[in-house]
Amino acid sequence: MPAKLPYTYKYLRSKKKFPHVWCPGCGIGIVMGSIIRAIDSLDWELDDILMVSGIGCTSRMPVYVDFNTLHTAHGRALAYGTGAKMANPKLKVLAVMGDGDSMAIGGNHIIHAARRNMDITAIIVNNNNYGMTGGQFSPTTPQGAKTSTTPYGMIEPDFDICKLIGAAGANFVARGDVYHVVELDNMIKKALSGTGFRVVEALAPCPTNFGRANRQGDAVDMMKILKNETINIAQAAKLPKNKTDGKIVRGIFTDKSEIGYTERYNNLCERVASEVKK
Amino acid sequence: MSGVPWGETKLVQGNEAVALGALAAGIDFFAGYPITPSTEVAEVLSREMPLIGKRWIQMEDEIASISAIIGGSLAGAKSMTATSGPGFSLMQEGLGYACMTEVPLVLVNVMRGGPSTGLPTQVAQGDVMQARWGTHGDHPTIVLAPTDVKECFTLTIEAFNLAEEFRTPVILMPDEVIGHMREKLTFPKEEEICVTPQLTPDVPIEWYEHYHTSATGVSPMARFGSGYRFHVTGLTHDTHGFPTRKVDEVVSKMNRLKQKITRRLDRLENNNIHNVEESDVVIFCYGSVYRSALAAQQILAKQHKKVGIFRPITIWPFPDRTVKELLDSKDVILVPELNQGQMIHEVERLTSDSVRVVPLHRFDGYEITPEQLVAAVLEVM
Repeated sequence: MPAKLPYTYKYLRSKKKFPHVWCPGCGIGIVMGSIIRAIDSLDWELDDILMVSGIGCTSRMPVYVDFNTLHTAHGRALAYGTGAKMANPKLKVLAVMGDGDSMAIGGNHIIHAARRNMDITAIIVNNNNYGMTGGQFSPTTPQGAKTSTTPYGMIEPDFDICKLIGAAGANFVARGDVYHVVELDNMIKKALSGTGFRVVEALAPCPTNFGRANRQGDAVDMMKILKNETINIAQAAKLPKNKTDGKIVRGIFTDKSEIGYTERYNNLCERVASEVKK
Repeated sequence: MSGVPWGETKLVQGNEAVALGALAAGIDFFAGYPITPSTEVAEVLSREMPLIGKRWIQMEDEIASISAIIGGSLAGAKSMTATSGPGFSLMQEGLGYACMTEVPLVLVNVMRGGPSTGLPTQVAQGDVMQARWGTHGDHPTIVLAPTDVKECFTLTIEAFNLAEEFRTPVILMPDEVIGHMREKLTFPKEEEICVTPQLTPDVPIEWYEHYHTSATGVSPMARFGSGYRFHVTGLTHDTHGFPTRKVDEVVSKMNRLKQKITRRLDRLENNNIHNVEESDVVIFCYGSVYRSALAAQQILAKQHKKVGIFRPITIWPFPDRTVKELLDSKDVILVPELNQGQMIHEVERLTSDSVRVVPLHRFDGYEITPEQLVAAVLEVM
């Protein structure tokens, strides 16, 4: 045991809640590390942060961190978070969700949170399947991929989370992965630092389910896939199209500073109150 | 009109009175989704709440609406939503979550004809059992059923108070007739009403347990952002709110959820009882049917025929003890309901075989009339 505990201990319910539920090689812990590093660099008070989640592997994250934490029903993180933000606008609301949680059962909530530009930062860990229930296909499972409910291969097209949320109106949309961790740290920090609805999609391996079903090897092999099959948006811009075809682009796709819902609602209250006085 | 017209007399609609009752109770946050016949509650509050800096939002559906008010309540706001049958079905998920996590909130369900889309603009009392058992798993339930516009106002305040006292969702369930009718209502003066403040902890932060075991089964609840950091989950949890599967902790949680209601039935029970002791025939009814029963009682009195009326105002928890005590000796209990027979099973459960429990069902979208009740009483006498 080192004399001085790593700074991350300040953020963890380290005595009570570990070991965690995630499988060896899972990417969710790396995303949690990124979130903690981003928050630490912003020097936020633990009391001011609300981490809200839905149901699934990623949604188990709140139990491990020493913020205000709310583990809700499947798909509903953003709806609960919206209410908490409305009730106490001083809270910095951070939603953590998986791809199934946010894009399938919570799909309606996320497009409306984006449309409203609700002041919430959402971190979506995308491991291309429902891990907790044993690896069924999700809205982000690539076509052709095998899962426990697509034994003959996925026939449905998948969602591009970033395009969907950007089109729905969010202020900030970015995609990173758990191999390029420094990049992910910076994206999450940037996401946490602004107004409106802000989303970071973090690609992560699920070696236990998705990787095994698709013969992608162990956790290290799956990390190599993230290393080799993704490309930074700035690098991609410099290369001819045939060199980037089939690669997943990482980077910040949308970065606007339109006013968020909280400020718009406050403005409404001020306007109608002054009109009544007249 | 702005805010609650304290002390004034006005012609007010039931749903409007619910909204004004919520304002009187100090509502901080409303989230809802439009649905007939409850929409006026949301409309009135959308007009009034921004004027006083309170938060109002129309969510993308009913699941989101109840989810938002649970989040709002946990973050410190006195919160409410309003809906009707189809929306009530969708809200069962959130209702169960709020029961399990012991979050105070008020859910208004203005009952219309069902199942499914049913009769959107017409009256029914078909949600009585759904209100009791709709969400999965054993859970506590408090349901109030107003019978007039005045009660829409007063029982909404009471619903907010009970939600705080019991740290649980409280359902206010007017039927469509009550929600949509207009009556003269004299509002009380502001100092005449009783509003229960939010019960918040004063223990040192390191001592705080989010589900502390107390004599009443209810403990003060910290809110997000107050400096008490805690975890909330719909998973079965220990007294600190962390998930558990330990047998003693699971049993203790489930028992406390039940007992915080069953140990304080006296606080919750609330009935209107008229001429029950001296009558051999009693009408057992609730909501709008009670109005017709009162009219039928008068018509029958003119014919020198006595009929009693038993009307629970708090319909869940059911007034078991009083029903058994007062009704088990009667010849006939007539149970008129705007459904195919729901609460009648509770009356049958509590009465001996010697008591004739007679149903009167109406489920065509129209109210039970006094004349129907008079005819039914004369037939069983």
